[in-house]
Amino acid sequence: MSDVLTGVTRYRRLPDGVHPPEDPAYRSTALRHPTQPLVIIPQTLSELTGPVYPYGSIGPLDNDLTRQHPGEAIGERIIVEGHVLDEDGRPVPETLIEIWQANACGRYAHKVDMHDAPLDPNFSGAGRTVTDSEGRYRFITIMPGRYPWGNHHNAWRPAHIHMSLFGQSFLTRLVTQMYFPGDPLQPLDPIFNSVRDPSARQRMVSAFDINLTTPDWALGYRWDIVLRGRDATPTLP
Amino acid sequence: MTKGLVPFQTVGPYFDIMLRSRVPSRQVTDATLGTRVTIEGTVVDGEGAAMPDAFVETWQADAHGRYRHPEDRRPQPIDPAFTGYGWAHTRADGGFTFHTIKPGPVPGPDAVDQAPHVLVSIMARGILTRFITRLYFEDEASNARDPILSIVPEDRRQTLIARRTGESQYRFDIVMQGPRETVFFDV
Repeated sequence: MSDVLTGVTRYRRLPDGVHPPEDPAYRSTALRHPTQPLVIIPQTLSELTGPVYPYGSIGPLDNDLTRQHPGEAIGERIIVEGHVLDEDGRPVPETLIEIWQANACGRYAHKVDMHDAPLDPNFSGAGRTVTDSEGRYRFITIMPGRYPWGNHHNAWRPAHIHMSLFGQSFLTRLVTQMYFPGDPLQPLDPIFNSVRDPSARQRMVSAFDINLTTPDWALGYRWDIVLRGRDATPTLP
Repeated sequence: MTKGLVPFQTVGPYFDIMLRSRVPSRQVTDATLGTRVTIEGTVVDGEGAAMPDAFVETWQADAHGRYRHPEDRRPQPIDPAFTGYGWAHTRADGGFTFHTIKPGPVPGPDAVDQAPHVLVSIMARGILTRFITRLYFEDEASNARDPILSIVPEDRRQTLIARRTGESQYRFDIVMQGPRETVFFDV
């Protein structure tokens, strides 16, 4: 459906039930979610636009987290590659992806992280890139370590990389976490399981890819990221 | 054949690692057109406690009401010295500050102009997705005719109105829960 005034096509509504507003298993949600129902509003030009390429330029090494310091980062070197697509499978070109993650020992380079694991002076854990004309992206980084957190007794986060994307409008914004295949901590993790739909949950898990793996150098993981797509229904209001 | 969306996951407590690799958020330069405004506020939880780890993002039109976006193809001139995107990690006291300009009016549904407004998105540890709200300015008469505000139950509309606290100063608190809970949108 297209806006009469501006000719901009609206986006599909989000499916119901992927996320509840709170999750008792993830304790910090208790006081941080609205209890009143969300107010449904139409998509206007304000929502149909958005910060498509919000700031700054991308340096040639910004997508390689292993080479941002004088020495090489410690850990298992990995390649993470994939496409950014919309719900119709169309590539999302030239969109910014930012990532952040723990180091190989499961420690974030952040003052709030008190986990008793070493910091790596050669690993900051932040990277960014822009998708190419076919929506492709690629990062080189270190396999993030797993770490304990205070949610409940013996709580550990599965290995994950935080990913932040803008897409083509305010409505396509996505901040999520990419997981790795076969991690036994996933079924125990309240954050992973906050996504109620099991198939949606699996869409956060990357796939090991021997063809992306570079001999004698790094293991390859493939992960496609699907953002909100346009509403194709040609109905009038 | 449609593809399934990748779901949101919380930003957690460490997203500052991403933000500190960005160029500092400065929306307004000397060349930017429009009335300078400062928007200050606090993000609080359901017990009124400050949230020192919230990620607040804003999106707004320039002084002409133009969005810096390829799909805003209206003929108004665009201000090249304004991006429209702001972001902040809340401080230890839950506070945030945006130095920006008052946006111009933009079209809404049914050819009714919207009152000047800023889209606001909130993410944080303990927030599974992101919550979206809007900021309007107390001293705008056009609020009374705004097509989105008019959808909001009247007794909750004031949660979307930034209070004027000085010459060019506004206050906009974001309350996640409770009797003064901010209105959040499904859009």
